[in-house]
Amino acid sequence: MDFNDTPEEAAYRAEARKWLEANAPKKAVGGDDLEGGTKDTMAASKAWQAKKAAAGYAQITWPKEWGGPGGTPIQQVIFSAEEARHPVPPNPFAIGLGMCVPTVMAFADAETKTRFVGPALRGEEIWCQLFSEPSGGSDVAAARTKAVKADDGSGDWIISGQKVWTTGAQFSSFGIVVVRTDPDVPKHKGMTMFWVDMSDPGIEVRPIHQMSGGSGFNEVFFTNVRVPDSQRLGAVGDGWKVSLVTLMNERLAVGGSSGAGWAEFMEAARGLTGLDGGPALKDQALREKIADWYVQAEGLKHTRNRTMTALSRGQTPGPESSIGKVVAATQMQDLANSAVEMLDQFGIINDPALAPLKGGFHASLMSAPGLRIAGGTDEILKNIIAERVLGLPGDIRVDKDVAFKDLPTGR
Amino acid sequence: MNFDFSDDQKFLKNEARKFLEANCPTSRVRKILDDDAKAYDEALWKAVAGQGWLGAAIPEEHGGLGLGHIELCAIAEELGRVVAPIPFASTVYFLAEALMLAGSDAQKAALLPRIAAGEVIGCVATSEGPGVLSASAIQASVSGGRLSGTKLPVTDGDIATHALVLAKENGQPGLFLVNLSAGVTREALATLDPTRDAAKLTFSGAAAERLGAAGEGLSLLEQVTDRAAVLLAFEQSGGADKCLEMAKAYALERYAFGRVIASYQAIKHKLADMYVKNELARSNAYYGAWALNTNAPELPVAASAARIAASEAFWFGAKENIQTHGGIGFTWEVDAHLYYRRSRQLALVAGAARVWKERLVSHLERRNAA
Repeated sequence: MDFNDTPEEAAYRAEARKWLEANAPKKAVGGDDLEGGTKDTMAASKAWQAKKAAAGYAQITWPKEWGGPGGTPIQQVIFSAEEARHPVPPNPFAIGLGMCVPTVMAFADAETKTRFVGPALRGEEIWCQLFSEPSGGSDVAAARTKAVKADDGSGDWIISGQKVWTTGAQFSSFGIVVVRTDPDVPKHKGMTMFWVDMSDPGIEVRPIHQMSGGSGFNEVFFTNVRVPDSQRLGAVGDGWKVSLVTLMNERLAVGGSSGAGWAEFMEAARGLTGLDGGPALKDQALREKIADWYVQAEGLKHTRNRTMTALSRGQTPGPESSIGKVVAATQMQDLANSAVEMLDQFGIINDPALAPLKGGFHASLMSAPGLRIAGGTDEILKNIIAERVLGLPGDIRVDKDVAFKDLPTGR
Repeated sequence: MNFDFSDDQKFLKNEARKFLEANCPTSRVRKILDDDAKAYDEALWKAVAGQGWLGAAIPEEHGGLGLGHIELCAIAEELGRVVAPIPFASTVYFLAEALMLAGSDAQKAALLPRIAAGEVIGCVATSEGPGVLSASAIQASVSGGRLSGTKLPVTDGDIATHALVLAKENGQPGLFLVNLSAGVTREALATLDPTRDAAKLTFSGAAAERLGAAGEGLSLLEQVTDRAAVLLAFEQSGGADKCLEMAKAYALERYAFGRVIASYQAIKHKLADMYVKNELARSNAYYGAWALNTNAPELPVAASAARIAASEAFWFGAKENIQTHGGIGFTWEVDAHLYYRRSRQLALVAGAARVWKERLVSHLERRNAA
């Protein structure tokens, strides 16, 4: 066991470091990781992406035919780690490049691929993923947004309905959308995937006002959006299978967790009054919590190191990488709440001018509920661990062999 | 980046698993559990010595295999999986490590080859009664090379040939190597985990040799305990993995309300929670193994984290394995309680979790202040 790069990895790292030193921005622009940036940071994000693409550091694992350098996953990890040492702008391209464009690449014709891949890679066009709906967040196959054939014989499709929790829709040029094309068959069999032009007048994007105050996610309304059949990805009725390809392409979660952690908590505890009039850092209950958070954070860090080891050996990482978000999100909420409680009566104040860490703990407290839900709820992630990692049976389904239109739907 | 066992280490681990599955089934463990007169499995101890495992990390010049500590970690994990009823931890993680760390050339030459051969059994005698160990309250004392005082509980104290004893000399705590052939009386104590015995040792003028320099006893004990903590974490990790496997196997064969209980979300989420804790424990243990093997300055922090994560994972796995089994899990016949007992033994033998949490945060405080 050691943490050293192989000679090839060390050479790649040195080269990446040199390039970043020369090219990475020296000063940060503000932004929110959960939301992939704001319109104020967008220009900086796009400029940085274009620079990386020109140097072969955007989508490092993409093959040459897609315009990538055809690198290895470990090179991507090395570059990301080095890049994180610089104040680079937020990355609003990850969902498009990691999930949407690979889906287009897998199912579209050659002309479409050629049209989209370059601009996406260079950050000129952003993509969003239109899966979740008001009637089904975890249950993607419950989609009700429908596409019907136009009655003019053109072969076009008319899409109507609503998507929700669409990250970055307000910045996106294009999206991939999964819709219901046949309500008379069971839910997984009656869906179809399309790509759509987000500038279509029938598409309306409305930001969601989150409980945290921000608005990174959107509702997207489709009103009679006409889409030619050539924008279909995969066969009619294969939308579920296509969406699995999208989700499989989900980026390997190798980034560190954001937000305040045990070290910030410890620093805050040092300066606050505790139970006996001394520093809060001397309170035994808080010390035990710090120990627990440290052990979890280290556990996640070294779990990522195990994943990197597998990548470094050219192997597929083991299932251990599946534990990341469920641990990190729960800890974020617990730590933020403990920090706010540590302030006692003052904890109700979240004014950045008065609260510790410029209100950072309070901000974590208010965004933690979202992190526990986004990208798979705690409950869904535990199901995934139980079923895909441990091999336990799936739940008994009451919706598999029933026509979609006959399923009970609640309100 | 190489954060895993190497192929050779995996081979060794796999061989150890096969050997222990054949030589240490729970039917063997139960012979120690059910027989108050038996403190450990002598035949297994000899067999383990025959495999060379006792000397895995002992240099070849002292009769060991001269492998690294990573190999020893791999063996420890396998011993933990089968709740092996032998004084491996006392002898190898504590006595041999203390000797390699602070023993004189003569002490090393005299004892390490006999440890590797299975002729010496070690024990650690620090505690003198209930409550957290406090160095200032230690009563045992050494004067003129002779030890007197009482130590309890001492895991493997009833079968050990040599002890590491924390005692005061000229008012300062020291760590002493004591040959238990004379000047000591032993009284076996009833233990939560009868597959690992303990005793009360009363010393009356036993010959004691100080390890390390005068006044450095506590820091030496901490160093030894940090090393042992990493190795214990692998034993705990092995036990925790086995608990998850047992719970999973039972959940997949047990039917209730017309379906296997493994199909209920309450059970699936419980096992997922076990998996998460086990992976956090394993990842922390790996880092501890790296720090131990390279003698890194990070060892005290890494060992503390490994210890805390492993104690938590094994406890959670052991109790929830019984819960998953339901009523049958509460019977003497089902092996679940062997792991429940061992999880407590391993979590307490080198200091409870809250002691380690305090130790960890003290280290972090110093590190972050520096």
